Amino acid sequence: MDGYVLTLNGKQVAFQPGQTILEVAADNGITIPTLCHLKGCTPTGACRICLVEVTGARSLMASCSTPAEKGMTVDTESERVHRTRKLTTEFLLASGRHNCITCERSGACTLQDLAYKYGIDKLRFENTPQPFENEDMNPFIIRDYSRCILCGRCVQACQEVQVNRAITFGYRGPHAKIVAGPDVRYDQSECVFCGQCMQACPVGALVEKKAKFTGRAKELEKVRTTCPYCGVGCQLMLHVKEGKITKVTGVEEGSPNKGRLCVKGRFGYDFIYSGDRLKTPLIREKNGEFREASWDEALDLVANKLKEIIRKDGPDAIAGVSCARSINEDSYQMQKLFRAAIGTNNIDHCART
Amino acid sequence: MTNSFGEFAHAKMFLVIGSNMTEAHPVAATFLKNAVMDGAKLILVDPRKQPLADFATIHAPIRVGSDIAFINGLMNVLITEDLYDRDFVEKSCEGFDELKSKVMEYTPEKASEISGIPADRIREIARTLASVKPVMCCYTLGITEHTCGRNNVLSVANLQMLLGNMGLESGGVNPLRGQNNVQGACDMGALPNVFPGYQQVANADARAKFEKAWGVEKLPEKPGLMIPQMMEGLVDGKVKALWIFGENLANTEPDIRKVEHELASAEFLVCNDIFPTETTRFAHVVFPAAAWSEDDGTFTSSERRVSRVRKVSTPPGQSRPNWWIFKEIAKRMGHEWASGSGPELWDNEVSVLAPAMAGIKYRRIEQDGLQWPCPNEEHPGTPVLHKGGVFTSGKGRLTPVDWTPPAEVPDAEYPFVLSTGRRLYHYHTRTQTGRSGLNYLLPEETADMSPEDALALGIKHNEVVRVRSRRGEVKVKANVTEQVPKGMVWMAFHFREGNANWLTNAVFDPFTQTAEYKACAVAVEKI
Ligand code: SF4
Ligand code: SF4
Repeated sequence: MDGYVLTLNGKQVAFQPGQTILEVAADNGITIPTLCHLKGCTPTGACRICLVEVTGARSLMASCSTPAEKGMTVDTESERVHRTRKLTTEFLLASGRHNCITCERSGACTLQDLAYKYGIDKLRFENTPQPFENEDMNPFIIRDYSRCILCGRCVQACQEVQVNRAITFGYRGPHAKIVAGPDVRYDQSECVFCGQCMQACPVGALVEKKAKFTGRAKELEKVRTTCPYCGVGCQLMLHVKEGKITKVTGVEEGSPNKGRLCVKGRFGYDFIYSGDRLKTPLIREKNGEFREASWDEALDLVANKLKEIIRKDGPDAIAGVSCARSINEDSYQMQKLFRAAIGTNNIDHCART
Repeated sequence: MTNSFGEFAHAKMFLVIGSNMTEAHPVAATFLKNAVMDGAKLILVDPRKQPLADFATIHAPIRVGSDIAFINGLMNVLITEDLYDRDFVEKSCEGFDELKSKVMEYTPEKASEISGIPADRIREIARTLASVKPVMCCYTLGITEHTCGRNNVLSVANLQMLLGNMGLESGGVNPLRGQNNVQGACDMGALPNVFPGYQQVANADARAKFEKAWGVEKLPEKPGLMIPQMMEGLVDGKVKALWIFGENLANTEPDIRKVEHELASAEFLVCNDIFPTETTRFAHVVFPAAAWSEDDGTFTSSERRVSRVRKVSTPPGQSRPNWWIFKEIAKRMGHEWASGSGPELWDNEVSVLAPAMAGIKYRRIEQDGLQWPCPNEEHPGTPVLHKGGVFTSGKGRLTPVDWTPPAEVPDAEYPFVLSTGRRLYHYHTRTQTGRSGLNYLLPEETADMSPEDALALGIKHNEVVRVRSRRGEVKVKANVTEQVPKGMVWMAFHFREGNANWLTNAVFDPFTQTAEYKACAVAVEKI
């Protein structure tokens, strides 16, 4: 990459043609704060938080949308940069109800982090509350307009990442609002409840309804696992408190899904806590009713019955259907039982449906 | 899949056939839509105007079950107009002459008559497919769930080989697997003819290897029964005991009345499950099992990727992991097995016995999983199969196949084709999604039908109608939608009430024993 060098915070760094300043900084271990920037999507430069100072340029430049150029001199932490970012943050804090006490995103909120970083402990501007009603008519997603900062990440997640085309910027100027279709409820629009908008929201404007008041960011342990639904194999991050899943997000860099999920993977986890779960072995009585039994009794009964059938009719009179939902190790163990202990190859699963 | 989801991003053209990806594999569909937005072309072959139709460069709404005729027609054009990849076919394939003489019978005109796609459109699609390399082909159950399912699969493979689209990044033949671990259950040997890692039970060396590993004198050599044969065995007495692990056969198999009769005939039925289901009603013993987030293990996805599943909560009551239940039974039958956890089973048994997975160990899949074949612990895994045109058995086999119609076709009494599938908001019989709030988004089954047919029958949207087949009948709401072509009714099997499987036909592909869920004949009546 001959000659593709610029000066970043006083240091000479090489870059690839076509990279933005934000990307060059990231490659060199420098974090530039961002709000509206969503990886892999068209930069909008809407939030003005990622501004940097480029020598020779009249105004500060949005690093997410400014391409790196040979010989450029960039300062990401100058006095002027700080002052501007702080002012932008102060305006955002004044635009709505940013009290963090019971906000679900508290502790994992970009706006909160910016306020802290720039030491904003007094609100300089008068607070202008948002005029829009919250929308939470569905069981999964709460749209809290009072906390929306109009960064547009949700729109990009919906339009560019998932390509579901359900939400857009509606109205202009001071009435700007993120709308679903012609400004209707999510469940009356094209929305398919993938929840990608929610995962992209940097503040508490789009939050998981089922997770409300079940645990704060700092209390949640994050455990990576694989989705139990379809064969794509999306990587999920379980947010767990005291052995209970409170919500699910997509693992941002994980393969194959790169942070994306669908409605089932994101919201279909809590069947495990259903009161209908089977909790004890059951044995059917002569009268057709089930009764609870101990493990030993049920296991003995099954083993003895299988042995009896093998003796009478041979092992091929026994057949088994394994499970395409459960872990590999269970299927392995079941075919081993059938082949090695029972002595038959009558083992199958619904491989074909 | 021969290829991987990551390659969707760089694909130049997709051929999607019999795959309602936005609903059945939603996240895969997002990558496809991204590629289309970036300029990739999409050729969609599907009787329904399903959601991907909005993104398709060409949508070919073929008649249900006409895939082979349509594909043979495409290949006819490719060969007649000399558009196929002669080089690839000569170097990497065998059987070209046989294939050629078969597809020559399928002129575009003949293919058109069967598939309903105009002959010139067939020519245009063939030329479009040949204009770009590689084309990535994805299919799902629209291909396999037919009495000619195996032949459908062969047809798709024929086409991709003829186009030279195999062994290339962003190409290949990619069946998207329905369930999270259907690939894994196959890999693990939960099939009647193979041990873990697809080693044939009929092969004496393979048997000797597993006899030694499992410490038994003699393993059975005769391949076993497939599910439909097991079910029939329950009635004719050849099968006395059936053990069903986690499947809800009473709702998922075609012709519910027949299935329930079969289950009720079992002398002894054992079930492992996490919930009482329509199937456990017939059991003599039910074992309560640990669920998805209550045990450590692995799933293998469609792209052959083995990924970790982690335990975060304890199983309720006395429920226990499934592997433990099988181990306890083995013990009572005189077999002491050492492995005492998912990780031990994988690291000490599966990866030792299945050469394709030898390099996959738990410590290597803490983050992203690995894609088999992964023969040793330094191997990075294999995203693309058949690289350089090298197939497992040396050359790729082009196999001529003839079109055959579905076993049951519409007639005067049952004038509609019933085709079935999945809907976005539910999974199979809803044992999971029905308990996660998703009923809110989809509370009941519907019979999807075209505005034209609805008008002719005087049926309004959301009106309850009767759908009848030779097997049974259901009452469901009509969902009048442009998605469905005239002459078709489309339903799913997520709900017991109105389940399509009261209607479906229990006929099977003779080789794979896959049921013809995609086509049977029904009548629709206003009540
Ligand atoms: S849930 Fe998904 S489809 Fe619905 S608005 Fe959000 S991103 Fe769009
Ligand atoms: S999140 Fe959706 S697309 Fe991904 S594996 Fe789960 S069910 Fe499939």
